[in-house]
Amino acid sequence: MAARQHNLQVSIWRGGEDGGFVAYRVPQRDSQTVLDLVTWVQRHRQPDLAYRFACRVGVCGSCAMTVNGTPRWTCRTHVSKVAKRGHLTVAPLRNLPKIKDLVTDMTGFFEKWHAAGGRFAGSADRTAPMARISPQSPARRAVDAGIECINCAVCTAACDVVAWRPDYLGPAALNRAWTLANDERHGEGAELLRAVSRDGGCHSCHTQGSCAEHCPVGVNPTAAIAGLKRMTLTALVRGRAK
Amino acid sequence: MIEARLYLLQRATAALLAPLVIVHLALIVYAVRGGLTAAEILARTQGSLGWAVFYGLFVLAVAVHAPIGLRAILREATNWSRTAANGAAVAFGLLLLGLGLRAVWAVVA
Repeated sequence: MAARQHNLQVSIWRGGEDGGFVAYRVPQRDSQTVLDLVTWVQRHRQPDLAYRFACRVGVCGSCAMTVNGTPRWTCRTHVSKVAKRGHLTVAPLRNLPKIKDLVTDMTGFFEKWHAAGGRFAGSADRTAPMARISPQSPARRAVDAGIECINCAVCTAACDVVAWRPDYLGPAALNRAWTLANDERHGEGAELLRAVSRDGGCHSCHTQGSCAEHCPVGVNPTAAIAGLKRMTLTALVRGRAK
Repeated sequence: MIEARLYLLQRATAALLAPLVIVHLALIVYAVRGGLTAAEILARTQGSLGWAVFYGLFVLAVAVHAPIGLRAILREATNWSRTAANGAAVAFGLLLLGLGLRAVWAVVA
């Protein structure tokens, strides 16, 4: 199909924390994504524009940016759905340190996964029989609901508690912890509950639901965090926690 | 699990406060609309174990519930350290407890 003659006015964040928006005129195309826009700018106007992407089909979770003030996965966000009168602003994700242009430092984001006890520790050795887990069991269903996370950090950017308290573990790490807390094979359940109950843990969540609202793959970290709260309180009341 | 304990305490006191606040509000409306004088109110409360327990419980629940919330607000809205926020919350709790119990004593003793 022939390209339309319309141009979009795209403002893209340039620089680090002290940077600012630079406006570009980008030709509008059919079925154009926000990632397509950014790629066009890099290829035709700004070769040193820094941004991340890999799969371009919504699997890898590396291309999330703030589009018109909202955190989104840019490879699956159509320009026609988010442009306002031909205008678009593209900025790095909120709540993460800016490195350059649209690239943020994800180190702290992934360190929080470990801080929340997000590393799997098997409770059996390789000679043990394979664990038989019913796909219909409530615990496995809870795992299924949370395990599709693509680590894009959109939820973290959308979370006001992370903005207020940078030490808050955040929805992504706590969602990961919830999937492990429901994994029968995980051998460090008590350690996990202690990890998510530290200062800045799951009890800091305000249940505002912004993470669930913005998650591109439909994961509900708010529900996961509520589950962790229930689980920690149950452990506390039954005397299984210290 | 101190955070989980505080979370549980705040929810438990909230559950306790919900009916207490409703009774308290209803009481205010009754006293004001009925045109009760201070002397008439004191005549009902002085020496009343029931009102002493009711408002004593009310004050205790408030003195636990409010400082936990204040602590969270301080951590989110200021750059105060955990220790400073804890100290402020404990001080606020003791203030509420002192003022509240003094008020209860004044109307039931």
